Amino acid sequence: MADADNGDNSAACVESGEEEYRMETVPFDPRFPNMNQTKHCYVSFLDYHRCIKARGEDYAPCQYFQRVFRSLCPNAWVAKWEEQIEAGTFAGKI
Amino acid sequence: EQLIFFHDHSMTILILIITIVGYNLISTYTNTNIDQHMLESQPLELFWTIVPSFILVFIGLPSIRLLYLLDEVYQPSITIKTIGHQWYWSYEYSDFLNLEFDSYMIPSNESENLNFRLLDVDNRTVIPFNTQVRTLISAADVLHSWTVPALGVKADAVPGRLNQVNFYSNRPGLFFGQCSEICGANHSFMPISIESVPPSIFIKW
Repeated sequence: MADADNGDNSAACVESGEEEYRMETVPFDPRFPNMNQTKHCYVSFLDYHRCIKARGEDYAPCQYFQRVFRSLCPNAWVAKWEEQIEAGTFAGKI
Repeated sequence: EQLIFFHDHSMTILILIITIVGYNLISTYTNTNIDQHMLESQPLELFWTIVPSFILVFIGLPSIRLLYLLDEVYQPSITIKTIGHQWYWSYEYSDFLNLEFDSYMIPSNESENLNFRLLDVDNRTVIPFNTQVRTLISAADVLHSWTVPALGVKADAVPGRLNQVNFYSNRPGLFFGQCSEICGANHSFMPISIESVPPSIFIKW
């Protein structure tokens, strides 16, 4: 994620009228090269909450993890986990 | 996709072989003269042992190439989540706007005549073509399987697991598929319909 022109590998540029849109999504993560991305989703959810807990909610780089799990995890899973966190029953270590 | 080319290539060889063998068979059967060179001929037996091994190598090399090609790493441009339910698919586009919708089959009695019976859905999945798309497939209740044969995609939708499939559509149009894992009473009635549009139209959608 250190490239200045990030996005050219993981994005497509679209010109629509005068504006230019860029489609970007979560790039390939070599920790999870195979078909099963369950861990990828879960780990980035955990990383986001740990990051928030360690640095506070306003720390901008934490937003990367949030982007990842919002893109990868089904919304139902995210909602369920967040409910569990609020109820104090979440099983992961944050 | 390359899958189609490989299939064409092997079918060509197969049909060629079958024709040659069939012709020899019929001509030997219908010919009443017996030729000594046809029986117990050492060079002939050598020939038809060595040549098939070459043919197999000829078929096998593209096959291995395709196998490795399927595992190549891509950088996708867009991520779509597909969740299978009983008995419909729901899609989530979460990259920028959180967009979610369900996709039910249009019942045969409600659709106009001669539309795609059993294949059309109310909300089609729209993807931009000429872009690498990453699909994460999961299920909410029982096993399903998401497939679009025209794009070479098939993956099981397992509850509690996210399967990732990358694909690339190089032409716009409509692509259909059907649920490929038995999931209950309406298993045959949960089709998948992908509409591939130019990226500029996709942005406006």
